[in-house]
Amino acid sequence: MIRFDNVCKRYPGGHDALQGVSFHLHTGAMAFLTGHSGAGKSTLLKLIALLEHPTRGQLFLDGENLSRTPKRRIPYVRRKIGMIFQNYRLLFDRTVFDNVALPLVIAGYRHQDVGRRVRAALDKVGLLDKERALPITLSGGEQQRVGIARAVVNKPPLLLADEPTGNLDPELSRDIMHLFEQFNQVGVSVLIASHDLDLISQLPYAQLRLHQGRLVKSVAGAAT
Amino acid sequence: MKLPRFLHNWITRHAQVALNSLGRLYRTPSSSLMTAAVIAIALALPSSLYLLTGNLQRLSTQWDGNTNLSLFLHRSVSPQQADALQKKLAQMPEIDSLQLITPEQALAEFRALSGFGEALDVLDENPLPAVIAVKPDKNHSGADAAAALLDKLRSLPEVDLAQLDLQWVRRFSAIVDIVRRSIWVMAALLGLAVLLIIGNTIRLEIQSRREEIEITKLIGATNGFIRRPFLYSGLWYGLAGAVLAGVLVEIAFLQLYAPVSRLAGLYQSSFGLHTLSFTDSLGLLATGAVLGLLGAWLAVGRHLAAIEPT
Repeated sequence: MIRFDNVCKRYPGGHDALQGVSFHLHTGAMAFLTGHSGAGKSTLLKLIALLEHPTRGQLFLDGENLSRTPKRRIPYVRRKIGMIFQNYRLLFDRTVFDNVALPLVIAGYRHQDVGRRVRAALDKVGLLDKERALPITLSGGEQQRVGIARAVVNKPPLLLADEPTGNLDPELSRDIMHLFEQFNQVGVSVLIASHDLDLISQLPYAQLRLHQGRLVKSVAGAAT
Repeated sequence: MKLPRFLHNWITRHAQVALNSLGRLYRTPSSSLMTAAVIAIALALPSSLYLLTGNLQRLSTQWDGNTNLSLFLHRSVSPQQADALQKKLAQMPEIDSLQLITPEQALAEFRALSGFGEALDVLDENPLPAVIAVKPDKNHSGADAAAALLDKLRSLPEVDLAQLDLQWVRRFSAIVDIVRRSIWVMAALLGLAVLLIIGNTIRLEIQSRREEIEITKLIGATNGFIRRPFLYSGLWYGLAGAVLAGVLVEIAFLQLYAPVSRLAGLYQSSFGLHTLSFTDSLGLLATGAVLGLLGAWLAVGRHLAAIEPT
């Protein structure tokens, strides 16, 4: 699903965020991306989401070489990725329903399909009764669930999460991780950047550990 | 009739965005109204001047209808000859009516109106010639046709001097024409102002929705998708401005209508002010819409590219 081939990323000013990173996340696999803050986790995710471009090396998403993606195709690549953020990034002037519906509206789904799929996604994250609520009235854990519902509503083959539990207490974090496992079980590839080592170590998934921009360790599982 | 699905989807999507944009303007009524009012004033100024000069032009063509030719006869022409000439001219199809003014009548009129009566007493004989005032029929009242008739009458042996009282109407018409042209220059400048107003409004809207733009880009929105609501906002601003401008113009002309009719009545003229016609109104709306879209397009092109998610 994701393949990095000796990828380097140097930011203007000379900071090397990633150096010679190579790994392969198979379709349907789930893995964690770990490391201290500043180790390059966010940069790695940004490269996949085409928010940044590699300085050297090549990366592939679903067989497509992202180093060569033309600008006008970027939105369509992003539609294959469900993205989840530490600070949720919800639209606070819209209801939960409208937030979750956004990817479908963007992709031009028909009105009837939108309603059906949004409710299915909200049902999966357990927020079906909150569809008319405004995000501001929800707790942090609930807001992140809305974010997850939005990420999965158009059934993307890949979920990328950047510190999804960073603002949540341990119990809520476990719930959120459990949700990711459920999506993984139905075939969605999942890559989660997190430094919540306690939580990760309890889970049987591969780990990619970054240290100062280099991949220092990949632990068993789907990653090689 | 059933539309193909993709077309149906396309229309639904655009209708939704258009309504959403309208709703957004509706939710901030005072600032939306303010913007629309500024646009309206900028559009109303050239529109009303355009209407005003249009009316003046109509007025000058009405005066064309009152074309009069004056034939001054040679002093040597006897009253009998003048009478015969008058009868001859009355047969001409180009001529609607005519009136012979004998030297005696002319003198009497001059004495009564000019105030130089006593000076005339000093003269031994009447210096005034006989005059035939000719009113051409409708088909020969236009400037060119009247001039042709004038040439024809000038060549008559009894006629010393033939004059067309149209010169000043032509000058007036030329002046109105110049004013009309200068309105286009002003309209272009004010149109540019409308572009800038809408562009700036849309720029502010883009800035206030920066977070939303970033998020939608993150989850795969195309530039077209992001652009659309702003373009519709521009369109609505332009249309609202045009409608308000139309109302302003109508109100202004309504104020003028009664006094102008009264003045026309004093001149025994049926002249009435024309306000915005159906085509004028459509033109105004189209201008507003185009300016709104264009202004939004410029703002969106400049500022949307600068917003990239991080």
